[in-house]
Parts: sequence; C-alpha cells; structure tokens
Amino acid sequence: PPSCLPAEDISTNSNGPKQEILLDDDQEDLFAEATEEVSLDSPEREPILSDGPSPAITPVTPTVIITPRAEASMFDRSLDEDEDTEENGDTFDMQITVSDPEKVGGFGCTSLNLFSRNEFSVKRRFSDFLGLHSKLASKYMHIGYIVPPAPEKSIVGMTKVKVGKEDLSSAEFVEKRRSALQRYLTRTVTHPALLKDPDVIQFLENTELPRAVSTQALSGAGILRMVNKAAEAVNKMTIKMNESDAWFEEKQQQFENLDIQLRKLHASVESLVCHRKELSVNTASFAKSAAMLGNSEDHTALSRALSQLAEVEEKIDQLHQEQAYADFYLFSELLGDYVRLIAAVKGVFDQRMKTWSKWQDAQLLLQRKREAETKLQYANKPDKLQQAKDEIKEWETKVQQGERDFEQISKNIRQEVGRFEKQRVKDFKVVIIKYLESLVHTQQQLIKYWEAFLPEAKAIA
Amino acid sequence: MQEGLDDGPDFLSEEDRGPRAVNVDLQTDATLQVDISDALSERDKVKFTVHTKSTLPNFKQNEFSVVRQHEEFIWLHDSFVENEDYAGFIIPPAPPRPDFDASREKLQKLGEGEGSMTKEEFTKMKQELEAEYLAIFKKTVAMHEVFLCRVAAHPVLRKDLNFHVFLEYNQDLSVRGKNKKEKLEDFFKNVVKSADGVIVAGVKDVDDFFEHEKTFLLEYHNRVKDASIKSDRMIRSHKSAADDINRIASTLYTLGTQDSTDKIEARVAADEDLKLADLLKYYLRESQAAKDLLYRRGRALVDYENANKALDKARAKNKDVLQAETTQQVCCQKFEKISESAKQELIDFKTRRVAAFRKNLVELAELELKHAKVLGNLQLLQSCLAVLKGDT
Repeated sequence: PPSCLPAEDISTNSNGPKQEILLDDDQEDLFAEATEEVSLDSPEREPILSDGPSPAITPVTPTVIITPRAEASMFDRSLDEDEDTEENGDTFDMQITVSDPEKVGGFGCTSLNLFSRNEFSVKRRFSDFLGLHSKLASKYMHIGYIVPPAPEKSIVGMTKVKVGKEDLSSAEFVEKRRSALQRYLTRTVTHPALLKDPDVIQFLENTELPRAVSTQALSGAGILRMVNKAAEAVNKMTIKMNESDAWFEEKQQQFENLDIQLRKLHASVESLVCHRKELSVNTASFAKSAAMLGNSEDHTALSRALSQLAEVEEKIDQLHQEQAYADFYLFSELLGDYVRLIAAVKGVFDQRMKTWSKWQDAQLLLQRKREAETKLQYANKPDKLQQAKDEIKEWETKVQQGERDFEQISKNIRQEVGRFEKQRVKDFKVVIIKYLESLVHTQQQLIKYWEAFLPEAKAIA
Repeated sequence: MQEGLDDGPDFLSEEDRGPRAVNVDLQTDATLQVDISDALSERDKVKFTVHTKSTLPNFKQNEFSVVRQHEEFIWLHDSFVENEDYAGFIIPPAPPRPDFDASREKLQKLGEGEGSMTKEEFTKMKQELEAEYLAIFKKTVAMHEVFLCRVAAHPVLRKDLNFHVFLEYNQDLSVRGKNKKEKLEDFFKNVVKSADGVIVAGVKDVDDFFEHEKTFLLEYHNRVKDASIKSDRMIRSHKSAADDINRIASTLYTLGTQDSTDKIEARVAADEDLKLADLLKYYLRESQAAKDLLYRRGRALVDYENANKALDKARAKNKDVLQAETTQQVCCQKFEKISESAKQELIDFKTRRVAAFRKNLVELAELELKHAKVLGNLQLLQSCLAVLKGDT
C-alpha cells in the first residue's frame, strides 16, 4: 500500500494568507531544535514586562548603535544594485533600524521607505518578531519561498562553544539580539514577495499588534512539531523521488556541502572570539606585571623600557578587544545567520519533495478510483457508479492541482536559490573586505606601537 | 662561541644550527669554547653532543666531543653548589629538564584520531605538532648550551676539575639520578634552607651595598616570577588564537594562498615566547641563584658573628680559647672570601641582566614589527583578491 501522508497535508487551503493561530505540522519552524525552550515564560529577559498593548508611537529617532568596527547599517539597502528583474518591477527599498530596548521598553523598529520617504516607528517585543516569522513561514515555505529565519531564542550560541568565565553580560546579550533582529527584518523586507505581505506591513506600521498568541501556544505546537518532525524523518526515507531535474539534485548536494563548511567555520570563529577575549585579559595582566617589574628594576634605562613595554602591551590589549568585537559582529553572527538560512533552504527543498509526493499519491488514488469504477460498471449499482464517477472527477482535479503545485514550487525554488546565492556572495564579500580592513588596521596600529618602543629598548645602556 | 641570532621565519627550519646564547651576553674567548653541536631525542631521553674547542693545556686534544644526558648536567651543577670554594659565586642555574610529555601526548592523540579527519587535515596537524616538538627540542638544547657557556665564561668555574671531566671524559659518567631517599633528603634540606634563609635575611647587613642588593633581589625575584607566569599565560592564549586563525584560513582560502598568512600569527606567538617568556624564565632562575649567593654570604656573616661572640665568651672564661680563635678565623676568612667575590658577581649579574634584556627587547620589537608589516601587506593583498574574485 502506498505510504499515505496524514490527512491534514492533503488539505487544499495551502495557498493564501493563513488566519489560523495554531500552526499545523506542514509549516514548521525549521530552525527550532527539540531541545530549545519554546515557552514564553523562559528565564531569559523580555524587554516588555507589561501586559497591555503598546503605547502610541513615540518619535523614535533611529538610534543606530554604531559598533566600533561593524556599522549597523551594514545591511543598508539604500542602493539596490540588483539588476534582477523582479516579477512586478517595482522594488521598494527599505531601510530598517532596530534600536535598543532599554530606553523605550521594547525594540524600537523604524522602517524608512527610501522611495516615498515614508517612515514608521513602532515598538515591538521579541515575541512579536517570532510571531511574524511563524506567520510568514506558514504562508510561504510550502510554495518554495526561502523565509528568513528569526533570531535564536536561546542564550547559548549555536555551536555551544563555551563562552568562558564571563558569560554574556546583559548589555552584550541585548545588543546581540538587537543586531540580530535588525538583520532579520532587513532580510525579510529584501524579499520582494514578503515586503508586500500584509502581515509584514502590519508589523512595520501598526501601532498595536495583536499579542502574538501563536508564540504562547508554541509550547504545545512546539511539542507537536517535534513529534511530527520525527514522523517526517521516517517518511522522508520512504519517499524516493524520481528526480527528473538534475539541477535540483546538484543544488541539494551543494547546499549540503556548504552547510558543513559553514558550520565548521562558525565553530572556528566562535572559538577565536573566545580565545581573543582570553588573550586580551592575559595581555592586560601581563602589562601590569611588566610595569611592576619595571618599578623594581634598579637600572634606570631598563626600568623605563619595561614600563614602556607595559604600556605597549596595554594598548595591544585594547586592540585585541576591538578585534574580538569585529570577529564577533562581522563574522560570527553572519555565519550563524547563514547556517540558519541554509536550514531554511533545505526546508524548501523538502517541501518540494512533499509536494511531489502529494501529487504522486493523488495519482495513485485516482488510479484506484478508476479501477473501482470499472469494477462497479459490472456490478449494476447505479448510485455507487455515479458516486465513483464523481470521485474520479474530484481526483482528476486534485492530480492536476498537484502537478501545478509541483511545477510552481519548482519554479519558485529556482528563483529563490538564484536570489539567495547572489545575496550570499554579496554579504560575504562585504564582510570579508571589512574584516580584512580591520585586520590591516590592527597591524598598522601594532607597527606604530612597536616602532615607538624600539628606540626605548635600544636606549638601554 | 658566538651569540646566535634567530631571524624570524627561519626559526622553525631545520638548517638553523648555530649556538643559541640568547639570554646571556658573553664575551668570546678563544681559550675555551663550548657548544652543543648536535642532539638526539630518543624514547624518553635526550642525548646532547657537547663539543669543545680549547687551547688550554689541561686537555689532551684541542678539539673533542662527548655525549651527555640531562642528569649529567645536573650532577655538574650540584657539584658546584656543594663546593665550599664556590660559595662566593652566583652558580649558573641548572637547565630545566627536557619535557616533551605534552607534545608527545598531542602527537599520540592525533594518531588515534587519524580516522576521523581528512588526509589533508591530518597532514597539516601533524606538521604543526612536529614543528612544535622541534621548537621545544631546540629550546632545551639552547638551555643546556647556555649553562655550559656560562660556566666556561666564569674565570674560576671554567677551571673546575669536574667541568673538565664533563667535557672530556668520553664514557658515561655513571651519575644516576637521585633515588627516592636522596630526593627526600633534598626536600628536607630545602625546607631547612628556606627557613634559615628567612632568619639570615632578617639580619641587617653592615655593608650598604649588600643590604641594598638583598632588598632589591627579593622584590625583583618575586616580580620576575609573576611576569614569567603572566607572560606564559598570554602567549598560550596567543597560540590558541593563532590555531583558530589557522583553521579559519584553511577553510576560507581553499586556493592554497593560505600558507603564508595563517602561519604568521603562530610565529608571532613563537617569537614572543622565545624573546620574552624565555628571557623572564631564565632571569627567574638567575635571580634565584643570586639570592642563593646572598643567602650563603648572610649565613657566613651570621656564623662569623656567632664565632666572635663565642671567642669573647671563651676569653672571658679563659677556656678553649685557642679552639675558639681558630674557629673565628676560619669563619672570618670564609666570610671575607665570599664577600669579596660576591660583590663582583652581583655587579656582573646586573650587567648581564641589563644586556640580555636590551638584546631581547630590541629583537622582540623588531620581530613584532616585521610580522606586522608582512601580515598587513598580505591581508591587503588578500582583500584585493577577494574583491576581484567576487567569491567566498
């Protein structure tokens, strides 16, 4: 007997905006790990503690937090260099800024339409962002759109590298989250279809959002998803798709490899951030020690040189700190984003497989119905015969729909992957250049410091 | 005997075989030159080939070599310490025991994990670990060589009979390492010595020079110790970060341009290790040796003063006066002998220290500059490449 998917998957209300709050397993949050805390009552900080609706728009001046090396406007889309012809031709260029929650009691979210110069500033909670993603995922993933994943909920980094004795201070944590939310929103509005989505528009413009009930129900739905994920894994093994299109097979392999490389890279960068912080601490400690040694040295010139050495090391410590910052915000976070994005990409490939499977199952069922009808023709049961004929019609439609869906999702995915790859190249290029520039800067500073020290060392007589 | 200078990138190369008296500033002397011309690392011991060139009549030949192990160096050092005649000298500190345990463990772990990594990764890691092993090996050779050079440079110690036997006798010296009982005895001796040292140090010295040196050395020694510990920690972190950069570079630049960039951070750390950490470690040991000298002198002073008191008592009672006089004379001579040479030794110590710090700090700065310039240029180049390629 053909493996039949659970009844809900064959529902036809997969197109169009979903109004239901509870998510069914078809539109799963692909990056949610089973081990992740899903409830809103988690011990992590929530910017808003009050329960009521958000107050009126406060004139939030886009408080862009400029980090020493990584400007927050890195993902600025002011000049879209994309020559790709979008479906409708009118691309809205939006600049998104998410500001520090401390000051206004919620993440200030400012969207500036660079075309019309319309600007909206609203307050949003972290759960609101998650809610937005849930809605978008449920609407678009099954037709093959790569929906940008929302930031991680858990405090521990994705690669679970030990952050060292000083865990993320609250200020660091908030900044990390703020920056992640800004990147998330920016990616979302860069997607031509998502930009026009009513939920997105509502998110960016409405003063009040209905409290994201779905995220509260995520606890229950989260568990449901976990269970279904397991079932799906089993299902996947039995779905052997006849891939007529080599492009898809090739791409899937590519993304597999990319996934592995990015994860490896991400782990290395997180380790580097950790070690650099350690190095900074140890350099500062050595600097103090060298100063003390210089104090007790009774040869004047040597004493002075040792004190100078201490100063140089202190300055180097500063450099290490700045470098660690750059490592983190430029590199590590981007890599984390891309690891999650690739999970979303793999997700749409899976959706395509499911769509194909649905179509195949419809075909099989149609055949069975036809066989049944043939049998009934000799059974002289006119009512049943008519019913059978009706069912055949029904299933013929479903088969046609299945084929259309499959072709549509295949087409969408091709487009999406093209867009994704272009974006990826752009993002990484920008980051690598910035990173290398910061490294060059560091080396230039080092040269300055050591060149100043050298004559002091030579002066020891 | 020349002062070997290590020029950055060649540090890890096999060809570099010159003597490596980096931590001391020694005058070349044709009458006696000692160096370690070769070394072999076996299972758990290192065999050093000690090579001597001398015009002194004491030796049968003008040039000869013998093979020595670490224990024999320790035997020689201890024989100096125990020799009363040398009480007035700063005894050159013994070289530390060769320690390859950590490196060997890493190599072993790598061998065990061979199956879980690609051939490329394995070869790369193996190369790195081998380089690390080689670096440690070179360092231990340098430490042993420095010890011998210091002895050879000392006007009195170079004439020591044991030293000549050490250099010339081409059989095994049969100095077994200390057994448990002897090690325990040593332990107790040290405890007694430190306690005594505290007492002796408490006695105020009549001589200003020595009083000043006492205070100075105590503080200096402690601070050098602290600086040595902190510099080790700093360099360890630096090496960890360099390892990470290594890994990142190889994942990113798969085109093989990585060779130059990723090794540089590791070299910076290695150079810091050599010029800074080793310097501090060496002076930690030397300052301890200087403290030991002061202790011996202090001890002799106390003995002398006690002998004086005993003599007065004996004269007062008119009993055993001759004996007391002899004892007092012996103590006096001992004290004066030590004081005489100690002053010069301590002055020399300062000169050596200042010179060594100068040399190493200058070289450290020059190496840091060199690396920063290379790294800066390379990165710029890489960034241009990245832009041109338009690729990750």
